[in-house]
Amino acid sequence: MTRYIIRRVLWGVVLLVAVSALMFVLFRILPTADPARLRAGHSPSPKVIAEIRSDLGLNKPLLTQFWVYEKNLFLHFDLGYSYESGASVKSLIFERLPATISLTVGAAVLWLAIGIPVGIISALRRHSRLDRASMGASLVLVSAPEYWLGLIVLYLFAADIGQVKVFPGAGSYVGLTSDPWKWFTSLLLPWIVLAAGFAAIYARLMRASLIETMSEDYIRTARAKGLTERRVVLRHGVRAAITPILTIFALDVGTLLGGAILIETVFDIPGIGRLSYDGITHGNFPVIQGTVLLVALFIVVANILVDIAYAFVDPRVRYS
Amino acid sequence: MSTSAEPLLRVEDLRVEFATEDGLVHAVDGITYELEPGRTLGIVGESGSGKTVSALSVMGLTRRMGASISGRILFEGRDLLALGEEQMRQIRGNDIAMIFQDPLSSLHPLYRVGDQLVEAVRAHQPVSKGQARERVIELLGLVGIPDPHRRVDEYPHEYSGGMRQRAMIAMALANDPKLLIADEPTTALDVTVQAQILALLERLQGELSMAVVIVTHDLGVVAEMADDVAVMYAGRIVEMAPARLLFSEPEHPYTWGLLRSIPTLQRSREQELEPIPGNPPSLINRPTGCHFHPRCAYAEPEHARVDPRLEDVPGEPAHRVACLLEHQVRRRLWRQMTT
Amino acid sequence: MSPGTPETLPGAGASLDYLELGGHVAARSPFELFWRRFRQDRWALASLIFIGLLIVVAFAAPLVVELLGLPGPNVQNPNLTDAFGSPLGPSLSHPFGVDQLGQDVMSRVIYGTRAALTVGILGTAIATLIGVVVGLTAGFYRGFTDTALSRLVDLVLAIPILLLGIGIGAACAVRGCVAGVVQPGLRVIIFIVALASWPYMARIVRGLVLSLREKEFVEASRSLGASNARIMFREILPSLWAPILVYSTLMIPQAILLEAALSFFGVGIRPPTASWGQMIAAATPTFNTAWWYMVFPGIALLGTVFAFNLLGDGLQDALNPRVVR
Repeated sequence: MTRYIIRRVLWGVVLLVAVSALMFVLFRILPTADPARLRAGHSPSPKVIAEIRSDLGLNKPLLTQFWVYEKNLFLHFDLGYSYESGASVKSLIFERLPATISLTVGAAVLWLAIGIPVGIISALRRHSRLDRASMGASLVLVSAPEYWLGLIVLYLFAADIGQVKVFPGAGSYVGLTSDPWKWFTSLLLPWIVLAAGFAAIYARLMRASLIETMSEDYIRTARAKGLTERRVVLRHGVRAAITPILTIFALDVGTLLGGAILIETVFDIPGIGRLSYDGITHGNFPVIQGTVLLVALFIVVANILVDIAYAFVDPRVRYS
Repeated sequence: MSTSAEPLLRVEDLRVEFATEDGLVHAVDGITYELEPGRTLGIVGESGSGKTVSALSVMGLTRRMGASISGRILFEGRDLLALGEEQMRQIRGNDIAMIFQDPLSSLHPLYRVGDQLVEAVRAHQPVSKGQARERVIELLGLVGIPDPHRRVDEYPHEYSGGMRQRAMIAMALANDPKLLIADEPTTALDVTVQAQILALLERLQGELSMAVVIVTHDLGVVAEMADDVAVMYAGRIVEMAPARLLFSEPEHPYTWGLLRSIPTLQRSREQELEPIPGNPPSLINRPTGCHFHPRCAYAEPEHARVDPRLEDVPGEPAHRVACLLEHQVRRRLWRQMTT
Repeated sequence: MSPGTPETLPGAGASLDYLELGGHVAARSPFELFWRRFRQDRWALASLIFIGLLIVVAFAAPLVVELLGLPGPNVQNPNLTDAFGSPLGPSLSHPFGVDQLGQDVMSRVIYGTRAALTVGILGTAIATLIGVVVGLTAGFYRGFTDTALSRLVDLVLAIPILLLGIGIGAACAVRGCVAGVVQPGLRVIIFIVALASWPYMARIVRGLVLSLREKEFVEASRSLGASNARIMFREILPSLWAPILVYSTLMIPQAILLEAALSFFGVGIRPPTASWGQMIAAATPTFNTAWWYMVFPGIALLGTVFAFNLLGDGLQDALNPRVVR
């Protein structure tokens, strides 16, 4: 068991090195334009460019550059320096983290609370009207781009520009500590829009997984034991059906923690996703590079956690 | 088979049908049999004979498959088909228990074996977890699982095939059922393990005075365990007799085919095995009249028009057969075949 | 990928095993069975027809636009504004209104099918090709090849595609990438979409190959002396056509959404070429007053993606019916 964990963690580290190496190639080697120039922002003076050159060590051989880059990354968690903003990318990210966490956690709670039960009920009442309706609605939600939904929802319900002024509009986010109520209401619409798409996916997944599970032999055995149907469904069926959902959940949360770029942009929430977006629109390479690395980190960690969790959840895995 | 004692189980004209996209499947087409307490009935047939569906129907497990069921299943005088789901649930795993073919897939992979057995006990008995666990360890010992105190906390994939089936049996016996239905209990096991499991079943049956219905395609199993045998074909019982009689004086051509297609040590090497010609019939478009007539070497043209009914064999109490040939003719044919 | 990863739960094809139906009514090829079931699914048929129409529209966009009496998608007309200088909304001559440059929105929505379908279908096709080859190789040869390829798949999946895509798009925007070969626009998008999707197909195919490998018909073929290549391509691959079809159809809507998202961020299809995602982005600053050129492209996007999802579901149900309730 411990060996398994160690192996997974080691692989995770290798993965991170590989991803960062890829980023290095992508952002320093691949572009035809001069890397220093790219990072210098708008109409930089030659002095600034020269400074950046020396900071990045662009005069040194490529391998040295790469070594320094990796060393900084793993030892100091140095994700680069944004010359435009005059701050290290790391500090920028930490500033934005609470907003992204708020958004992610709230949405996750919501989509699990809706998606899983809907999926279970749909699986149990297949082909009923409830099933058709919820699966139809899920399919529509899955097919709609979230940012578009966000815009529609703002258009309809936002306090400043909406037709029916119910919720605070975009850009009204404040930190939890400064004004809890405002924090909560400003996140309601983003939570709903973000959770809608995911709830739809999870409902569909849960339904498919449960249908598959309920046709297994051990369900027949459970019924033959004389257990109540409720117990059969929940403790035998759902218990087995929910494990694949775990993997996906961890990955989704991991990705979102790296910034729900689309939602944060539309609702103007100062999270990591927004940081990425601003970085892109301003061509701020260090920020783009840093945020991509961060998300990769979250995904890799999520993967490792899931693999480990699986070993706890499914006893068959432990012994392979 | 018919004594003065009240039969524990009496199935009367059971019919089970399923609607599928290809048509209406007549899985069980009017079967009738009885079982006394403490006796063993073997139900033999090929795939598609309806034997498994009839067994599942006794447990009420075909209800949620969208089957239309008619007839009566009398257990201790109560018609199980007339019972509501909750009443049926109280009987399942309690008075009537069932074990299945593949013990690995029949046990839940994510729960410990002991916990699954404890669940079976507590489903019907108001005992604490601790008491149930004691009972479970006792049961595991009863079915011959070594070191039950340790094994009780292991997972199904940690057991061997034979042990898993023993655990399934233990689970079925958890509440002292009066009737045990075993659906192909040894088919998925190695031959040596098969013998052990059958021996176990026989011993337990004796100790617990349990009635057993054993459903199988394997005549060897039936010869070993059954007091009485019912041979099923295309959803109907074509012959029913005490085991000894069935093997010595079979009356139905299908039974002859089954018996003659088994290799035995008595045959000489040169003698070829004689399989039954043709294929099992479709349960949607069954042959008219006698369902077996297309494959029967002795069929007459009118056998395609008349349904044979299960009738007593003259001179042999407890032996019934559904065949349109004359008893004397059948007797003569069988004598010819076995000399 | 963002919401809507294709459900990767393989179907076990549970059937009425209990019944063991015996001799069948009439032998039908798997394809006939599939087609019959598919035909009976009204929704799936409707989606197939709708997609067929979309493809026709995409090909014949200029014709369609002309038939409807609309100006071309890139015809700018700064005069089409109201008193305040905002573009005009839906009217008879411009059923979907005009955008801030005076371009007819309906016309652009129609032309947008080209970008969406090209990227969606072509990108997925490339991804499927790569994914099948990688998955087949990894699953069949196992051992070191499998480990190496699976690690590669893990690596690509660890990279957040949206961000990466945007990053690549941005990086290549200034003066192109790879010494100027990869330029922004359609090619980059197809490249990114293929890059994002192939690992999913590879994983699925690998899993299927691993289980098929153990089946008797492969052993039989091998014992007849078939070479590895022959077994791979003649025995195993044909058994995979159904899941490959289903999953690639389900991947197309993801590809379309990805293209739209990338265009929304300005790193996808550039104006003046019409792309629904980019149209929504352009509409964002003024959508509270000029709602039409945010809503209509979005509906087109929703409808197209929905149709593909429905088709994928229909294919899945037809190929893998679950009869036992």
